[in-house]
Amino acid sequence: MIVADRKSLEEILAMVREKRKILIVGCRGCVTVCNVGGEKEVEILAASINLARKTSDQPIEIDTVTIERQCDNEYVALLKEGIGTYDAVVSLACGVGPQFLSEAYPNQLFFPGVNTTFFGGAVSHGIWEERCQGCGTCIIHNFDGLCPIARCAKSLLHGPCGGSSDGLCEVSKETLCIWDMIVKKKMEQGRLTDLLKVIEAKDWSSARDGGPRRSIREELIP
Amino acid sequence: MDEYKSGSNLEKILRAGHFAFTGECGPPKGANVEHLKEKFAHLKGMVDAVNITDNQTAVVRMSSLAASHLLVHEGMEPNFQMVCRDRNRLAITSDILGAHALGIRNMLCLSGDHQSFGNHTQAKNVHDIDSMQLIRLVTNMRDKGRFMNDEEIDVPPRLFVGAACNPFADPFEYRVYRLANKITAGADFIQTQCIFNMEKFRTFMHQAVDMGLTEKCYILAGVTPMKNLGMANFMAKFVPGMDIPDALKKRLKGVEKAKQAEEGIRFALEQIEEFKQMEGVAGVHLMAIEWEHKVPEIAERAGVLPRPTV
Repeated sequence: MIVADRKSLEEILAMVREKRKILIVGCRGCVTVCNVGGEKEVEILAASINLARKTSDQPIEIDTVTIERQCDNEYVALLKEGIGTYDAVVSLACGVGPQFLSEAYPNQLFFPGVNTTFFGGAVSHGIWEERCQGCGTCIIHNFDGLCPIARCAKSLLHGPCGGSSDGLCEVSKETLCIWDMIVKKKMEQGRLTDLLKVIEAKDWSSARDGGPRRSIREELIP
Repeated sequence: MDEYKSGSNLEKILRAGHFAFTGECGPPKGANVEHLKEKFAHLKGMVDAVNITDNQTAVVRMSSLAASHLLVHEGMEPNFQMVCRDRNRLAITSDILGAHALGIRNMLCLSGDHQSFGNHTQAKNVHDIDSMQLIRLVTNMRDKGRFMNDEEIDVPPRLFVGAACNPFADPFEYRVYRLANKITAGADFIQTQCIFNMEKFRTFMHQAVDMGLTEKCYILAGVTPMKNLGMANFMAKFVPGMDIPDALKKRLKGVEKAKQAEEGIRFALEQIEEFKQMEGVAGVHLMAIEWEHKVPEIAERAGVLPRPTV
């Protein structure tokens, strides 16, 4: 899923400083799963903004709504009724959400309430980790299902680098060295020879480097 | 005898079977050419080639290409370091052509320390290709006369190509295979990370010799003289991939502060003596970090002077 972190209350308050009536829109997709932009978090943010504005004697009117998916125009269209009556709309979806909203309602002002961080999952309760960078050409089968593009700080295709120590990345003691994991797995399973070759330079044109990407599935186009 | 790959002094020295002795010099944090030339002067005649570091530890400095060129101007030989952190394949390729055009004949291929260690921690890193692919890129340019896209090069660059190797990073059992891979990629010579843990290095060299790697590639052992105990502690804590045994720290601690530099140099000299005898070691790479003025003394006491000419 797409993982995000809530922006700080201070940052969101600064965004809506002059606004007197706002809408906070949640999303039941990834941000609900990673506990940052679902119904519950929308209500918490609304209460926090309300309290802060009351305390500073600048009361604000806040409506809230959470839709199925902000990355889907079918659901975005459901917001039609109220949009346009707000000074601002704060989206708690990933970066896709406020863009779909902005495109659907060009006259409404939108703010992102979260920082979209990565494609990943929860490794334990309350901790999410990156697993994919969306490079557009998956090669994880060559590395026993472990992605060095997303999980090596240098995206090395021939690791581990000289900074790998005790299974940890040189960049952070909190980060596992993915190459340590790849090498150990290959060694344990007697497939080290898989790594003893020079891999061709990666074609990054399928990644962000090739420009904004589109996926076209002819069979679904009416 | 086969034609030289680049005809650099370093290549000739190694090919002739001499025990190589290379040095290192970090470009200034500024455009202070005079200071750089002063540092160069300490190394002149003392080493076979001087590594010119490329924004080492991700701290921005004068470009390694420009500083290498200044070294050529001083009648000395650079080993132009290039990291993959700051350049994509276009910039890498054009800098290689530029290096050859400026009279540079050795190049060291590196991934580069992560920018989070340096002084521009908010920078975007590149890593379009990695050090293994960089070795392949530059040797293909030289040997096949082809760019990475297979287009033909009008006058291919001729560089003697080196790579780094850190026997002290983990997992240790894999390090010799990674070295083998760099040799497969085309590395002509290897300069190791600073060695302090001699026991581990001996084991590593045994493995390299057993695998026949030292027949295919020249390995230069990395030596860094410790200036004092503080430097040992700092490196152990802040420099990625350093293995500094407690015994060495104890040895430095065992002498009064004013004599720690001498003790550090003595340890380095003992290392160099052992490397001269060690099977598979073709030379020493002396990294006297911001201590270039000590290189003449160390070279003299190590008995590696005068440097041979080939």
